[in-house]
Amino acid sequence: MTIEIKTSTLEPIRNTFEHTKRRFGDKPASRYQEASYDIAPETNFHYRPMWQPDKLLNDSSRTAIVMEDWYAYKDPRQFYYGTYVQARAKLQEVTESNYAFFEKRDLADRMDEKLKEKVVRCLLPLRHMELAANMNNVMCTAYGTSTVLTQAFLYNGMDRLGIAQYLSRIGLLLDGNSTESLARAKEYWMSDSAWQGLRRYAENTLVVEDWFEVFIAQDVVLDTLVYDLMYRQFDHVITEAGGGDLAMLIEFMQEWHKDNSRWVDATLKSTIAESEHNREQIRTWVTDWQEKAIADLAPLADIAVGEQAISECVDVLGKRLAKAGL
Amino acid sequence: MSKKKLNMKDRYRLLTRDLDWDYSYQDYEEIFKQESFEGIKITDWSKWEDPFRLTMDSYWKYQAEKEKKLYAIFDAFAQNNGQKNVTDARYVNAIKLFLTGVSPGEYQAHNGFAHVGRQLGGVGARVACQMQSLDELRHIQTQIHAMSHYNKHFDGFQDFAHMHDRVWYLSVPKSFFDDARSAGPFEFMVAIGFSFEYVLTNLLFVPFMSGAAYNGDMATVTFGFSAQSDEARHMTLGLEIIKFLLEQHPDNLPIVQRWMNKWLWRGYRVLTLVAMMMDYMLPNKVMSWQESFEVYFEEAAGALFKDLARYGIEMPPYAADAIAEKEHLSHQAWSIFYNYGHAAAFHTWMPTDEEMDWLSEKYPNSFDQYYRPRYEKWREMEEAGERFYNPTLPMLCQTCQIPMGFTDMENPTMTSYRQSEYDGDRYNFCSNGCKDIFDYEPEKYVQAWLPVHQIYQGNCGGAEMEDVLGDYYKMNLGADNLDFKGSPDEARWNAWHNLKPAEDKLKKAS
Amino acid sequence: MSKVYIALQENEESRYIVEAIEEDNPDATVIYQPAMIRVENERCMVIKRETVEEKMGREWELLALHVNLITIGGNVDEDEDQLSLTWNS
Repeated sequence: MTIEIKTSTLEPIRNTFEHTKRRFGDKPASRYQEASYDIAPETNFHYRPMWQPDKLLNDSSRTAIVMEDWYAYKDPRQFYYGTYVQARAKLQEVTESNYAFFEKRDLADRMDEKLKEKVVRCLLPLRHMELAANMNNVMCTAYGTSTVLTQAFLYNGMDRLGIAQYLSRIGLLLDGNSTESLARAKEYWMSDSAWQGLRRYAENTLVVEDWFEVFIAQDVVLDTLVYDLMYRQFDHVITEAGGGDLAMLIEFMQEWHKDNSRWVDATLKSTIAESEHNREQIRTWVTDWQEKAIADLAPLADIAVGEQAISECVDVLGKRLAKAGL
Repeated sequence: MSKKKLNMKDRYRLLTRDLDWDYSYQDYEEIFKQESFEGIKITDWSKWEDPFRLTMDSYWKYQAEKEKKLYAIFDAFAQNNGQKNVTDARYVNAIKLFLTGVSPGEYQAHNGFAHVGRQLGGVGARVACQMQSLDELRHIQTQIHAMSHYNKHFDGFQDFAHMHDRVWYLSVPKSFFDDARSAGPFEFMVAIGFSFEYVLTNLLFVPFMSGAAYNGDMATVTFGFSAQSDEARHMTLGLEIIKFLLEQHPDNLPIVQRWMNKWLWRGYRVLTLVAMMMDYMLPNKVMSWQESFEVYFEEAAGALFKDLARYGIEMPPYAADAIAEKEHLSHQAWSIFYNYGHAAAFHTWMPTDEEMDWLSEKYPNSFDQYYRPRYEKWREMEEAGERFYNPTLPMLCQTCQIPMGFTDMENPTMTSYRQSEYDGDRYNFCSNGCKDIFDYEPEKYVQAWLPVHQIYQGNCGGAEMEDVLGDYYKMNLGADNLDFKGSPDEARWNAWHNLKPAEDKLKKAS
Repeated sequence: MSKVYIALQENEESRYIVEAIEEDNPDATVIYQPAMIRVENERCMVIKRETVEEKMGREWELLALHVNLITIGGNVDEDEDQLSLTWNS
């Protein structure tokens, strides 16, 4: 029991932190706002990075993109750490029970060998592409300056690791833990002509210096094309051929892509809307990377789905870019 | 189809290491540009032993469970105005120091681990660092959320990030992390992953969190214990990086040893703030700094370095200096902050009689001889209405940036003062440890943004201290700063508990 | 004398874990502190999933230790069935 205290003495003396008050006004801020805006170090850095002495530790000039206010973004999902892990945990619970079901009911045995091989050749090597995606998104976290963006990049990067791990588990389900499906998938990744363009594309993204260009090359251009190809079109192909059980193993990737796309689209749109300079820069990057990506993806699209597949992917990308203002 | 059973180690390897491949369209050295400039030699990343083998699906699952529990407590705390259940409003100043001094360090660690999480060539190491980056983001965000309710009822929390970039005592932790982040990836790992997150972490966290537990701060203690399980993972990563580097090539030994020596001292100096917090800012004391140091450093680090001896690693030499200081550190630090209470965004005060007796008991060789007399003098001045505030600005150590208030352990009434010359200028240090750090890389440490120098150079606004404090630091003068006695925090606390207000005998500093 | 240690949040689940540790490491010392239980042992300590499950009366994954863990001291080695802490010297 509390002692009776006049309520006026327990009135808050302020509604929120100063940083949220300056940005959003004198009212209680949301948890997302409190923990995502204006908390990163901004000034008075003590030492220049030994690994890049011409820049400061946090430096907005690590990209050619210019924003008057790098916090003029909002993640439509409003993910801070707590809401991020809880959202993924919900998805994980469903996924785990899907994978357990697949294993318990020996659904791998229901899939014919040719279909399995198609999955090993066309889907599993993506586990390596997802590692590159992980590296690229973590790179953006490290070199971006605004928490609103950089935290979303980290969530994306860790999600890609999660997806790479699910893809690996698909292999283990298909080969009964012998691991040879993963060994074959790696061989395809390293030397199959269908994959060399994509592997080269991935390795090329890993040496790009401008983190926003990396975002364009990876999250905007490549992911749009690949996810449409593999998680929509390829999904249909496999289902039509009687391998519909695969769907429960790739549902995570589909749900994730929908969720992640909301953030990619919002980020792209805000950046383009900021200025003609940004628009032109992004247009240049997109044109360049898109050309490469389409050429690199076409061989895989042919064997995974068919001749028309790549043009459908290109349509999807075109629509997405148009929505963002390009 | 027959199913093989895959053991945890192999499964984890397939789900992380095996994702990597031998690059052929780009050179490894182009993809990992920072691997060799520090002189560290890596011959075989496949020898990396994964610390905690957590796949992302388990990470999401268990971290979400922790978050649910944690935020339920934060909500309950706010709903029930838990802040009125702490032992005393003076306690809250300890967590003001935490939010302004430590939490932004979590952000720096998050950023630093993202950087090495991309730059290290070994995928196993990268994944562990990335997970740590994610954890550190968790820490700062949950800390902000834990303190959010306190911010609504006490002064000094409201502009933590702004202050961390500018305020004089906060440059101590800020420069520490800037130092680590500006170093190469392997030094960063030894500095933060090992020295801070393994050797020194318990010296920071257990006092703050136990302090919270002993003083009725449900929000902070719950945060603390929730964060500590992440720390267990961080500790194993820190230990692994050391073992890995030492096993990779004998040439790495002297480099790693030098980094350990530097970072143990650099990190220890930052913990000065914790020493003072434990001995002076907790109404219910947990243990003395000396006791904490004996358990969490002398014993624990002792065991650790015995274990590392097989690699040729030795206990860093300045560990002895830290041990020698343990009976003095907290008192000297508190004296500094008492002096500069008008320029700090938290309150300071003189200990009560009971507290002084506790200090006498815990520090039988130092307190009554060196510190009680000055405290009694300051108390006398307070009672005469002349509470002492030092009107000058202190000299700062060029390396650790703490005011030069430490004394020589041979003679504890003499200021410990060291100097170096570099490029025509003279630089000042509080200790041999700090001087050595500077002397090894002077071109780095001369860059430091020393708060006192910057004030005198006019880079922090107005000619008067009040302009610097009020405009540049954005302190609310008369609310955030000065003695606890007579503060708005005290008045509110008394009102909540229907206590008679203490008589205001204090004049403000001119 | 090098002690390995583990500290757990004091709650229902942790008490079962501590019981299991005591059974598998009869020389271990258990120390109760505010909101925390600390278990220490000379040189080596092992936490076995099976024993914990027996005490809890339900299935339990070693990874779930993360939810209650506060801090740890010693070289860690883990697999699905047990986690061990050791100091070599």
